[in-house]
Amino acid sequence: MTVRKSLTARLLAATICATALLPGAAMAETLRLLTWGGYAPDNVIALFEKEYPDIDVEVTLSNNEEMVAKLRATGGAGFDLAQPSHDRIFAAQSEFDIYKPLDLSKIETGKMQANLLEAVKANTTIDGGVYAVPHQWGTTGLVVDVTKAPDVKDWADLCKEEYKGKTSMRLRRTILLGMGFSLGYDPFALYNDTAAYTEMLDKVAEKMIACKSVIKTYWNGGDDLSTLLLSGEVVASESWDSTAFKLYGENQNLVYVPPSSGALTWIDTFVIPSKGRADDAAYKWINFVMRPEIVTMMSDSTGAIAAVEGGIELLPEAKKAAVKLAFDDAAIANMKFFANIPPGLEDIEGKVLERIKAASGN
Amino acid sequence: MKSSDASRLTLILLFAPFALWIILLIILPQIGVGWLSLREKLGPREYAFGFGNYLDFFREPIYWNTLLRTAWISVLVTILALLIGFPVAWYIAKIARQRSRAALFLMCLIPLWVSDLVRAFGWILLLRETGIVSGMLQWAGLSSGPVELLYNDITVVIGMVYTVVLFMIVPLVSTLDGMDNALLEAGYNLGGSRMTVFRRIVIPYAMPGIVAGCIITFMLAAGSYLTPILLGGKNSMWFTEQIYEQFVTRYNWESGATFGVLLLVFTSAVVWLGLRLTGQNLASTVAKE
Repeated sequence: MTVRKSLTARLLAATICATALLPGAAMAETLRLLTWGGYAPDNVIALFEKEYPDIDVEVTLSNNEEMVAKLRATGGAGFDLAQPSHDRIFAAQSEFDIYKPLDLSKIETGKMQANLLEAVKANTTIDGGVYAVPHQWGTTGLVVDVTKAPDVKDWADLCKEEYKGKTSMRLRRTILLGMGFSLGYDPFALYNDTAAYTEMLDKVAEKMIACKSVIKTYWNGGDDLSTLLLSGEVVASESWDSTAFKLYGENQNLVYVPPSSGALTWIDTFVIPSKGRADDAAYKWINFVMRPEIVTMMSDSTGAIAAVEGGIELLPEAKKAAVKLAFDDAAIANMKFFANIPPGLEDIEGKVLERIKAASGN
Repeated sequence: MKSSDASRLTLILLFAPFALWIILLIILPQIGVGWLSLREKLGPREYAFGFGNYLDFFREPIYWNTLLRTAWISVLVTILALLIGFPVAWYIAKIARQRSRAALFLMCLIPLWVSDLVRAFGWILLLRETGIVSGMLQWAGLSSGPVELLYNDITVVIGMVYTVVLFMIVPLVSTLDGMDNALLEAGYNLGGSRMTVFRRIVIPYAMPGIVAGCIITFMLAAGSYLTPILLGGKNSMWFTEQIYEQFVTRYNWESGATFGVLLLVFTSAVVWLGLRLTGQNLASTVAKE
């Protein structure tokens, strides 16, 4: 058993190789998507395959870290289109060479929201090549039961003694950044100054370790988080906005609160793996899902906002209402876009997260 | 001559799937992991050969504390599984009638038909603050408010014992099954008390089964991933989780591979120590007949 567990990653690599070999037998072209849950809904795939009958779409669901791990295991083979967040491309590409530059002339970039496109381009240009374009964006903030914890407004409020045993967060890098902002730092400005960033992380770790006695548990995924809030065991938590909007649909007391120090904003992108074999199909998919009628279907499934002009207006009605309830103009202006993670930074953060997890607080 | 060729061919054909399995899925990846663990990362796409990853492990107390914690809880799980499994195995092998034995054995097996993940979620439903046990306690008036039973080490131990106890019962039943009841009678006839008979006859006879069961449960516990993570909560640290973190969230395959090698070496050492202390060897226990 021990042996097997320590080999999981290798077996995974073997499995990917095996799945990569199989589709070669089929006559039709296959588009192998590596994406997030909800980012390739069945109704969109059906419409796409109807318009391009010679393309089969295969979907593998994953998250940021696993996408990079999977592509690294095969040197960028096995998938034709992947969707990591915009801050996860530069370091992964410089270290592992797993993506290829995009041919922007094949993408209808004119439809994309200009500031998001520019932000992604600026973050993912290496040696003159642009590696990513934006697809969907959303924020990470707080979800709060307004009847029980009305004064939770910022990240640090999750550590208030009065909510002992009733708050939760996800022990990943996002909360380190949020706490950093809450403590008055600007983590993104410190990214390139390792010494200053480490100093900030020490302060954050101190705060988070003291906070451990207050929080109930760390959540791992959207389902986890939903159960904790719907059962009433937790009254305030770090949350993805899409999960919070879904919760609002179940219980109107659970609202999404953009933290007063600014909601952390991510953009999920399109990238083409370096050994992808269906680039044309990949470009077709990118242009297809950016069409207004598809955007609404996609946003309904992802809960996130498409990176096209007027993306919010294209949301399904219920989600549009939840977004407008959560964000006023000031909150939108205060959004903090994740900056590029310099190589090596995640290692420092990882050690801090381990320190927090290992510290005992009851 | 011909017939010996044929038998050799039969042997090769029968052996091939096993050999391929071992070489391709166990030995080669192990060599790969071992090699990876000796590769030090200097910077993006820059590597050197050395033992730096191992030194890092020993320099960072969090890592070896987690390993020791994992080992300690796994030992505890093994002991509890033995204490719970032995009476069950004794009942199945010695007391139950021949006909009901199969049924009893099947009842032990049934939980294994469900995946680890589902079983862990079962525990979560039972033990969470708004869960069934907490609700029953309040209903019975034993507790005034909701009780949180999840997210601590005791829950992890309970969940793991439940998962591994069967692997203790099976080898014990097969060993005890082979014990002649005449041995027990002789013990009593010679004036031995229940305790003496148990200590001097039953335990020595069952020793190979006990050791085999302990090795399997210890390895399963130390290598488990889902149960400690789902039931453990904010303070739980498990070594397999560290390996996953290194490989997947930290992109640090070198250090993940190092941890993998260390876990294998460490658990093997614990098993070796256990064998030495009980005076057994692998041939007399796991590989018995």
